[in-house]
Amino acid sequence: MKNCEYQQIDPRALSVSPASAQNHAEKKEQRPVRKWEVFPGKNRFFCDGRIILARQSGVLPMTLGLIVVTCGLFFAFDCPFLVEHLTVFIPVIGVMLFGFVVVSLLRTSFTDPGILPRATPDEAADIEKQIDTSGSSTYRPPPRTKEILINQQVVKLKYCFTCKMFRPPRTSHCSLCDNCVERFDHHCPWVGNCVGKRNYRFFYSFIISLSFLTSFIFGCVVTHITLRCQAGKSLVQAIQQSPASVVEVVICFFSIWSILGLSGFHTYLVASNLTTNEDIKGSWSSKRGAEDSGNPYSHNSIITNCCATLCGPMPPSLIDRRGFLPSDQAIPSASEIELPPFVAKNDTHMCTQSTKDVLEMMVHASDFNSLCPAGTPKTAPLGLEASSAEPPSTEPSSPAGCSQHHTCQSVAASWPPFSKRSKRDSLHSINPAFRLASPSPPLSRTSMISGHEPEFGFIPPL
Amino acid sequence: MAETHSLQDMRQQAAVAAKVFIQRDYTNGTVCQFQTKFPSELETRIDKQQFEETVRTLNNLYAEAEKLGSQSYIEGCLACLTAYTIFLCMETHYEKVLKKIAKYIQEQNDKIYAPRGLLLTDPIERGLRVIEIAIFEDRSLTR
Repeated sequence: MKNCEYQQIDPRALSVSPASAQNHAEKKEQRPVRKWEVFPGKNRFFCDGRIILARQSGVLPMTLGLIVVTCGLFFAFDCPFLVEHLTVFIPVIGVMLFGFVVVSLLRTSFTDPGILPRATPDEAADIEKQIDTSGSSTYRPPPRTKEILINQQVVKLKYCFTCKMFRPPRTSHCSLCDNCVERFDHHCPWVGNCVGKRNYRFFYSFIISLSFLTSFIFGCVVTHITLRCQAGKSLVQAIQQSPASVVEVVICFFSIWSILGLSGFHTYLVASNLTTNEDIKGSWSSKRGAEDSGNPYSHNSIITNCCATLCGPMPPSLIDRRGFLPSDQAIPSASEIELPPFVAKNDTHMCTQSTKDVLEMMVHASDFNSLCPAGTPKTAPLGLEASSAEPPSTEPSSPAGCSQHHTCQSVAASWPPFSKRSKRDSLHSINPAFRLASPSPPLSRTSMISGHEPEFGFIPPL
Repeated sequence: MAETHSLQDMRQQAAVAAKVFIQRDYTNGTVCQFQTKFPSELETRIDKQQFEETVRTLNNLYAEAEKLGSQSYIEGCLACLTAYTIFLCMETHYEKVLKKIAKYIQEQNDKIYAPRGLLLTDPIERGLRVIEIAIFEDRSLTR
């Protein structure tokens, strides 16, 4: 399993002399680490953990750009004419809609969608134990599903091998973000984030307001061109006088179809308290007799469903991005991921260094020593993979000069539980369960790789 | 706070013999509720009634946080009208109840669980998945 075999290597300590490495370690120990810095999922954090985004958020600037450009053209070229000939309320409404759209979009993109933190090693071990005791005496991997009754309906809970827990109902694991997200709707590339329990209402208000905005702009631009034509000019002349309008019309025309369609679809989902994920999979459709009878989460009333989904209480973020790691978990030894060019060459070095770091921190050495050799081969390919995936040039140098600290700490101890374990006497009792719980090596390798690579996302580009 | 310090001291000095996890109860849907089944590991340490009382109170508090009532609707509509910027200055109802829950757990730990060598962990620290109860070895009590 990841936690057992993963070795934490400090590339900083490798590249510098032992004395300064020691200083470095001391400095790092003193600096409190925020939890977002060691977050295991593929997310990016900005503003010291206040803002969260998916790792591949490349389309978000495009979405924003498209909206800003279209509205900019509208205000610059169409509004003056319309204010003159119609009413001053047109730009006012336009500004209000534009503001609403942008705020909703940013809220959707930057809000934690309802990410479930991964199970601590103790929890994972406990689940394994429960499964084991109910089955045969020899170890077998945990069953993939568990059946429970929800509102007198049988629902299957799946076991998530990455997060090491049975997923709560309506939760799904997003492979792009590598997180389990509650009430997972879908991963929206336009918004650059998953859409889940916590940001669904923002997403819905974004698409609804965007539909209004595009329709409004489309209508206004058509009115503008029509008015110009009515003033005695031909269509071509009117267009020549205001070429931006054509651009706007084209953009809006194509957007309207998709956005209105999406809004309609999501209105249907909200009214029946479904998620896109459930609808696509047809989780409840086979059981449909009367309307909504198959869905155990529905309140059986459209209004209640709408209110519950859109105006219900706002659940808190479960990942506590800005909380500090308890000091006993802030191990100075860092991930093998960041700045890896030299990582590949120094595997054995890294192994001994990491063991040394770990020995300094923990109570029982023996288990870790035995873990170390097992861990070595895995870190090498990971280091290579990581180095090929992202060149060190993408490393930002933060003004505070702390980027090195960040990168060293990030993912860190990947898994604070790892370090936490090191301090407890109960290590011995937990370890055997742990080893037992590790999936077969190929599986662990792939899960490690998929889990590790994106740690790059951690580096906050400042 | 003196009590937390003493609890943390105890936690650091005493050895954790075992941990019990109270899992979520999904029979009523996705609302946050925990199972009230009394775990066998706690039989020697605490009364079944007291344990069930604690879990039931926690369940009620979470139900209050997630209740779909007029207050939550007003809060939701107000938030929508202000383009959700109101959450930047106001604490949500849920957060207020979470604070109440944290206080309640602290109180329970101080009065009931710590004297018996047990420690409840606030479920919010475990992603609202489990209530973690750490069972300390008996020698910690003689400290």
